[in-house]
Amino acid sequence: MASTIRVRATVSGDTTEVQALIQHPMDSGFVKDAQGQIIPAHFIQQLTFEHGGRTVFLANWGAAVSKDPYVKFSFKGGAKGDDLKINWMDNKGATDSTTAKIS
Amino acid sequence: MTCGSPSFSRRLVLQGAGSVALVGLGFGTVPAVAAANDKYPEDAFRQKGDADAIKALYGKTAEASDKVKLDAPEIAENGAVVPIAVATALTAVTSISFLVSENPNALAAFYVIPEGTVPAVANRLKMAKTCNVIAIVESAGKLYSATKEVKVTVGGCGG
Amino acid sequence: MHARHIFLSAIAALVGGVLACVAASAIAAPDKIDPAADAKAFQKYFTDKFPQVKFEDFVNGPYSMNEDMRKQWEEKEQFPPYEFSLEAGKEVFATPFGNGKTYADCFPNGGLGIRQNYPYFDEKEGKVVTLELALNRCREANGEAPYSYVDDEMASLTAYMAFTSRGKPFDIKIPNDPRALQAYENGKRYFYTRRGQLNFSCATCHVQSPGERIRAEVLAPALGILNAMPIYRSEWSGMGTISRRLVTCNSQTRAVPLEPQSDEYRDLEYFLSYVSNGLPISGPGARP
Ligand code: HEC
Repeated sequence: MASTIRVRATVSGDTTEVQALIQHPMDSGFVKDAQGQIIPAHFIQQLTFEHGGRTVFLANWGAAVSKDPYVKFSFKGGAKGDDLKINWMDNKGATDSTTAKIS
Repeated sequence: MTCGSPSFSRRLVLQGAGSVALVGLGFGTVPAVAAANDKYPEDAFRQKGDADAIKALYGKTAEASDKVKLDAPEIAENGAVVPIAVATALTAVTSISFLVSENPNALAAFYVIPEGTVPAVANRLKMAKTCNVIAIVESAGKLYSATKEVKVTVGGCGG
Repeated sequence: MHARHIFLSAIAALVGGVLACVAASAIAAPDKIDPAADAKAFQKYFTDKFPQVKFEDFVNGPYSMNEDMRKQWEEKEQFPPYEFSLEAGKEVFATPFGNGKTYADCFPNGGLGIRQNYPYFDEKEGKVVTLELALNRCREANGEAPYSYVDDEMASLTAYMAFTSRGKPFDIKIPNDPRALQAYENGKRYFYTRRGQLNFSCATCHVQSPGERIRAEVLAPALGILNAMPIYRSEWSGMGTISRRLVTCNSQTRAVPLEPQSDEYRDLEYFLSYVSNGLPISGPGARP
């Protein structure tokens, strides 16, 4: 299966800008489906970005983050070709991870 | 009709049903933890109002500051996807959080900012209705906030 | 339903303004079918009405009309929500059918960079052929079941084909064939005919009122209205094809929607695409 994680990490000067988009329903638990059944809460709780063995960003998310969540941040350091490791875990214990190259 | 057309999408649970607590399956209650560690702040995410969420998350209150630059639309084109960003000139920033005051649970996101990471974050949040978005920046152990009202005409399905 | 009620009262408010407006009659040609003159008048109507909007910008629907919304769109485009659908479309497009053939075998230029030529008038069949229709015909010709016209698979495929055609101006041809002219004319008539419980035509909303709010939505101008298709709509939390959009617009005014890819919808798409000739394909698009 294709990764749920899309990342763009680009370095300019001493700063690496990171954008990520993740395929996830982010169901809030407050919505009903067409049959009137509550769709149980199902959302990513933690998302981490690691560079050079160090966490450079940690997102803690609730159910109010939009479907297919997006986040953008920047960090100092990072060079073209470096690895950026990303992984997430949701409230049901599912996880996914990927490694992106900084460009 | 974010939540409206039954044939295509989902229906918004009518108000009131929001009180049914469905969030957080299988996690024991975690006591309020100080900000800026790696544990998921389960308890803060369960709180209803913004004041309670801030208390659970940080154990203190925030003061408004024009050094916190909150960027959010006047009118959300759709409450399901509201682009919101914050940046700050404050230094020694260790965390940034976003709250949506009228969502069923006010805390939307809590970002840990390690040293060397720029204190600026952009994300997309759900908003159930017109209300305040609050961004809190934790700098040198103190909390600074910016607040902006965002009008929501098509609700984002209860956050 | 509550939401629908609000929608209808917003429409009622809009009607007041619309009745006073006679501008559209300038576009409705009397008897001779003259698509070229129509297209010219149609485009002039919009460029005159919105002198501040750049011509290419009309393809951006509601975002060409409203600054606050435009900012939100630009933010979305940084990492657009149709990204996953587009990738899926690329993959499906390249995956061979059971018989080993592919979509590329059904289309000119291997299917790439050709979105701007659809719909076209097929003189053999004597009918308009849209891209969605051509895709399903390709599937059936290769022993595969057709896709639903309103679901994700069709949206992914057309998203990919549009993406490979971005920037190419709509180049819809009306051959010198009375049936082609008639198809165009039928599409035009459909567009301007009032119908449904609310007695609205497509033009009521998309010609007379672009930029105005109806309920929460800002109406897109009819000029360039198909260039960004298919679209990811936040309202749908997903993708929608042209078929899905047309069915939805009909239902919203309590008109009975037609079957996707019925002759009327095909003609309508022919008309709408033709009068947008010269405007670049920008699909897939992101919408509120
Ligand atoms: C009551 C007003 C109304 C009528 C009548 C109406 N629409 Fe729409 N239409 C909308 C709204 C609202 C939207 C979503 C906002 C927007 O993009 O304009 C929309 C969107 C569209 C879009 C997508 C535009 C984009 O850029 O995303 C197309 C194409 C469209 N309509 C075609 C039609 C056609 C063809 C008809 C006649 C069959 C029609 N509409 C009739 C209200 C209307």
